[in-house]
Amino acid sequence: MCTGRIDLSFVLRAFSNGVDGVFIGGCWLGECHYLTQGNYDALSLMHICKRLLGHVGVNPERLRLEWLSSSEGMRFAEVVNGFSGQVRDLGPLGEGEGIDPDALRIKLEAITQLIPYVKLVERERLRVPLKSEEEYERFFASDEVIKLFDELVAGRLTISQILLLLREGPLSTRKISEALQLNPSEVSRHLNISARQGLVRYDEDQKQFALV
Amino acid sequence: MEKETAQVQGLMHPPDSGLGDVMVVGAGISGIQAALDLATAGFKVYLVEKAPTVGGKMAQLDKTFPTNDCSMCIESPKFIECDRHPNIEIMTYTEVEKVEGEAGDFDVTLIKKPRYVKEDVCTGCTTCVEYCPVNVPDEYNQNLSENKAIHIYFSQAVPLVTYVDEERCLYLKEKKCNICVGVCKNKAIDLHMKPEKVKVNVGAIVLAPGYDVFDPRVRGDYGYGRMENVVTSLDYERILCATGPYEGEIRRPSDEKHPHKIAWIHCVGSRQVIPGGNTYCSAVCCSYTQKQVILSKDHDADMEATVFHNDIRSYGKDFERFYQRAENLPGVRFIRSYVSIGKEIPETKNVTIKYATDEEGVKEEEFDLVVLSVGLKPPAGAQDLATTFGIELDDYGFCKNDPTNPIKTSRPGIFLSGAFQGPIDIPESVVTASGAGSLSGELLNYRRGKLARDRVYPTERDVTGEEPRVGVFLCHCGANIGRVVDIPSVVDYSLGLDNVVHAEEGLFICSTDAAQQISETIQEKGLNRVVVAACTPRTHEPLFRDTLREGGINQYFFDFANIREHCSWVHSREKEEATSKAKDIVRMSVARSCLLEPLDEYDLPVNKACLVVGGGLAGMTSSLSLANQGFDVYLVEKEHDLGGMARRLHYTLEGLDVQAYLGDLIRQIYQHPQVHVTAGATIVEVAGYVGNFQTTVLSEGRTKEIKHGAVILATGAEEYRPTEYLYGEHDRVLTQLELEEQITQGEEWLGEAESLVMIQCVGCRQEDRNYCARICCNQAIKNALKLKETSPERDIYVLFRDIRTYGFAEDAYREAANKGVRFIRFEPQDKPQVEAAGEGLTVTVPDPIMGKRLAIEADAVVLSAAVIPSANQQEVARQFKVSLSPDGFFQEAHVKLRPVDFAADGVFLCGIAHYPKHIREAVSQAYGAAGRAATLLSQDTVTASGSVCDVSESKCIGCGACISACTYGAIQFYETRHGNKVKVNPVLCKGDGLCNAKCPTGAIYLKHYNDDEVLAQIDAAVPDLEKVSS
Repeated sequence: MCTGRIDLSFVLRAFSNGVDGVFIGGCWLGECHYLTQGNYDALSLMHICKRLLGHVGVNPERLRLEWLSSSEGMRFAEVVNGFSGQVRDLGPLGEGEGIDPDALRIKLEAITQLIPYVKLVERERLRVPLKSEEEYERFFASDEVIKLFDELVAGRLTISQILLLLREGPLSTRKISEALQLNPSEVSRHLNISARQGLVRYDEDQKQFALV
Repeated sequence: MEKETAQVQGLMHPPDSGLGDVMVVGAGISGIQAALDLATAGFKVYLVEKAPTVGGKMAQLDKTFPTNDCSMCIESPKFIECDRHPNIEIMTYTEVEKVEGEAGDFDVTLIKKPRYVKEDVCTGCTTCVEYCPVNVPDEYNQNLSENKAIHIYFSQAVPLVTYVDEERCLYLKEKKCNICVGVCKNKAIDLHMKPEKVKVNVGAIVLAPGYDVFDPRVRGDYGYGRMENVVTSLDYERILCATGPYEGEIRRPSDEKHPHKIAWIHCVGSRQVIPGGNTYCSAVCCSYTQKQVILSKDHDADMEATVFHNDIRSYGKDFERFYQRAENLPGVRFIRSYVSIGKEIPETKNVTIKYATDEEGVKEEEFDLVVLSVGLKPPAGAQDLATTFGIELDDYGFCKNDPTNPIKTSRPGIFLSGAFQGPIDIPESVVTASGAGSLSGELLNYRRGKLARDRVYPTERDVTGEEPRVGVFLCHCGANIGRVVDIPSVVDYSLGLDNVVHAEEGLFICSTDAAQQISETIQEKGLNRVVVAACTPRTHEPLFRDTLREGGINQYFFDFANIREHCSWVHSREKEEATSKAKDIVRMSVARSCLLEPLDEYDLPVNKACLVVGGGLAGMTSSLSLANQGFDVYLVEKEHDLGGMARRLHYTLEGLDVQAYLGDLIRQIYQHPQVHVTAGATIVEVAGYVGNFQTTVLSEGRTKEIKHGAVILATGAEEYRPTEYLYGEHDRVLTQLELEEQITQGEEWLGEAESLVMIQCVGCRQEDRNYCARICCNQAIKNALKLKETSPERDIYVLFRDIRTYGFAEDAYREAANKGVRFIRFEPQDKPQVEAAGEGLTVTVPDPIMGKRLAIEADAVVLSAAVIPSANQQEVARQFKVSLSPDGFFQEAHVKLRPVDFAADGVFLCGIAHYPKHIREAVSQAYGAAGRAATLLSQDTVTASGSVCDVSESKCIGCGACISACTYGAIQFYETRHGNKVKVNPVLCKGDGLCNAKCPTGAIYLKHYNDDEVLAQIDAAVPDLEKVSS
């Protein structure tokens, strides 16, 4: 098993279980013990996962990927101690970010639901042409990729959160944006799109949105 | 088998034909390794040991340098491997009486000493030990504690049965007491047992009788034997050890108090020209002393350690860092001084030591405990051994060996393994064991496989439909885990976990009886999952998987919870937290184990050819040894000529004519029909895996593909090109290799040179190259002696930091000093200065003895330049997917016990690409690598892991994401009525699992690491946290 085996769902499951930080340790780039250089896949996963977490308001620094070889015991101790300290400083998950526990639950669940789709997007649109750590860094921070992410993933993530929330009962736009700690106009825009797609309906009497 | 004394029928277990291929004499780590390699390579092996158990000296050690691995922990799995191997017949408490015949046909007469206990009847229950009224000093614990006249040698012994101490048993002495006979329910004890004569015929013999330690009692050195608190280093190993006299607490013999001030005295019995001493350096004492210092400080952080030493000989891989680690601990002093014992203080039994330093003159200091770092000597009875086996001994009483091949004795068909060839450490003993395996294989290739048998396991129980029934076995690992983690509380905790039906603890879960007990518990309690909470899967997973097979369940129902490396070792100062973490680790492992599924493994064919990369001495030696065993060898060399670094060497300290030897070797290589040489070659690409590699080689503008089952990397190293001491600026500043060339060519200026200065440690033992290049001290002394040969009057100075002429080379050092070579020590912070002075040079160096700077006029300055990794080492490592050490040399799979294997299966190493070494060491290692490769190449198939990917067809949407993720091309489309789906070729799949993370529907899954199994572990990691999810 390689670091590239790590699935987005593993990381999300850990956060959903309430852990405050997730650490991934992998072989140094270029020192793959298989032929596959799967640690680059782990690097992609890390960038994508951080962006997803950041998008829902979870501090991306709660996820850390480091390269370590088996002969670097001292470095391992330093890195882990450093990360533990950093996570402690960030405070408990959600609380540190000022996200309400119910909202946090929905947000993480929304990402989890989107994993199959994110994998397709990664495969089709988020392939990094060159294998180097800097290139991955540059690629995932580029305007192009940010724009792509906003277009393809961000909206769906918001809609996914709204739909999950509405599972618990009909709510007004204001209530939705309060519950999810989202911008009301953005919520309103996504509600309208979702209504057109037949995912939600607007109850004129109650002035509330509900799942179809 | 002929039995001359018929009354003890059935003693030999199991009865067999008395016909074997190889007899290994001595079952220490070296003999064990030789037996395992040979048995795996298809030979029937008799493993004969005179002690009541296998194990040898390594079984007495607490830890091993420089990794501080627990000695018994890494050795005892090999006991079990031997015990379970169908081609190894272990005969303990047995001595060789007579050897007749010749190579290929030896008749060996053995005397099986009476144990007074029937091996095949005794269950090892130790009831007899409880009842025995006679206390005897426990030899295993260096007589520091007591045992009974009937006892088991140590708790991991193989065979795990008792034996009677003939000299102390009351019945055997005076016919007085036979309580033991009465209490033994199995009637295993027979106090009338007689020695039994057994005859065995074998084709070859591997001699591995090991060594003994120097006994300071004989001369009463340093008060040993008179003063209770003076102990030898081997005594101290037992004192340190959890299974030792004080159960792992450091106590001193006089009053069993914890000593706080301990002194070590180096070179006891070694480097001595006085009667009763040994002139050679014992090669291991410097490092084992440092190990003992580090371990003692681990036990008691406030302990004061003082090491009185001569040169510090940290010449091995990672030894220099190990020395620094010991030296930099607080409260540790290394004092360079000869010492003598002052007195024993009558009230406290403390001991005083007199020593002298440059700064403070003569001092006398009191210590609670004094440890004598005793050297190695030939094994007791070496002379008799020589007579029995018809071999010669050398001047030191060790086995005489061939200067070009340290594994050959003076008698054909008898090979040498381990420290009987001279003082060497564990890895070298293991290397020579594999080498002896290779040489035996060359001799006996024609009969390989004829007597060999396959292992038979009980039928696997089908557990389909059963609820998980988990057994948890927790290991104290001596004190390694038990000292930090509260194991009994983890046992209780485990019993409370869902699905756990059994939990127990053991001192060493890997010992033979513990492993057997796991098998039995699986059957008795109907376990269908097993979790062992102990050390690391890296060394012990194969053993426990095998134990599950013995217990009749699929081996993949096993999970390892590492509570040593992942817990007790890293949290040794936080015992409570460590215990709580151990519980977390066990809980996660149990959760995972419940979901484990039975898996089948795959047999892959083995291509019986070997690729050898590097045509130096090491590579050529490996090639020939393998070719002589009938394997095709493809030897690839980057230069146009074979020979490597040895082309620049001409003579050795042992008097070898290197060029003649090399020329002969090259001729043999080119004449051998099964060695295929490609010179001037570059490796372009390496594909495949163990048993089936394809390597593309470019030579003379053409590429060719070589198919092979194994690889030996012998890519050599380079001489450092100095930038210091005017090298390259003044033409009389040269390296040792250049000097050797000029001496051989008989350069005129050299004949006239009246004064030469050699400077040691150029380019190493410094921050950027923090290792000792091992060979330069011998090299300098060799050249100095050569120069003295032609004109004894000329002045030769060797400016050094520590002279590291370990082993027998110590005599050459002494000879050089006697012949007037002047050795002047310098400190790294005050290096010699070299200035040009016309055609010659002036060297200034601080003289510690005279206390002033010494200016030496020199005709030439010779630099002992370091050996450094070759320029393409990284590239080779990348191509073959093997690791490099922090210093850039090849990193073996395990420093002690897998010294010529890489972690990557099917790839082996030898020569100076591993670390600088002398010719004889490189040759040993080359045979060792060949021996290891032969264990693989002699198989028709290799077993590939069952942990490969598979696809759930209904979930697959045929998107192909997995196909593009798979570098091995293991996944393919196939058509179904519901469109394209994929399937996995399990033979090509390597189990990296990348495809899993790409699959949008979770259709493809890596067996043994599927999503459910991993998620169960994640969930179990923090069960008490408030969940974010509902």
